[in-house]
Amino acid sequence: MIKNFPFIKIKIQNEDFDVSDEIKFLHQKNTGAIVNFIGVVRGYDEKNNEIINSMTLEHYPGMTESEIEKIVFESFQRWELTGVTVIHRVGNLKPSDQIVFVGVSSKHRQNAFDGCNFIMDWLKTKAPFWKVEENNNKKNWVSFNENDNQALKKWEE
Amino acid sequence: MIIKYFSWIKDHVGKSEEQIELPDHINNVNELINYLNELDKKYSLILEKKKLIKIAINKTYSSFDTNISNNDEIAFFPPVTGG
Repeated sequence: MIKNFPFIKIKIQNEDFDVSDEIKFLHQKNTGAIVNFIGVVRGYDEKNNEIINSMTLEHYPGMTESEIEKIVFESFQRWELTGVTVIHRVGNLKPSDQIVFVGVSSKHRQNAFDGCNFIMDWLKTKAPFWKVEENNNKKNWVSFNENDNQALKKWEE
Repeated sequence: MIIKYFSWIKDHVGKSEEQIELPDHINNVNELINYLNELDKKYSLILEKKKLIKIAINKTYSSFDTNISNNDEIAFFPPVTGG
């Protein structure tokens, strides 16, 4: 489905991504604004007061891509956008590694800001990824943050 | 039918995926959970944490009372924590 939309890119991958390359892709015809969000691995677990050595991200192949597609298509319904990229890494990651890139371009800045914010809020609550933190042979599945549900409310129509 | 488990549900059940033959009298996900629980106590967590657990049928979010068939892929997982 996504192949029919050359200004949309959705990738689930182990490899790192290069932000400057991604920004070039978002610069489509009529683009006047580009907003991006990069999520990185925190080296510290605030809840349990512990240092995190590494983290592994697992996902549900097939469903992850289709859920992100739905979110991206919804963003195009709501705002006039010229390009969207969502890259989410899976597998083992270390503190300060990049996890997720969401980039949105539009003719004018407000649509790009809102679109990017919206995609991240929906991704946090709908896209099937799970994080497990690893620290000295201990495994701790990260629990869902209720604030992420609260964040969704601002997008209710 | 293929059943998939993710995150701590996978750890508890001890596998990420299994194939079962769905008995004729099992019509929906609720009944499937009860059936699994009768088979083996390792599935009791799904029953206990039902309020928290999310399900997908054929890779689409679904509810516990949705009808299922032997050709379906069912997934059990906790609330998502990506991003």
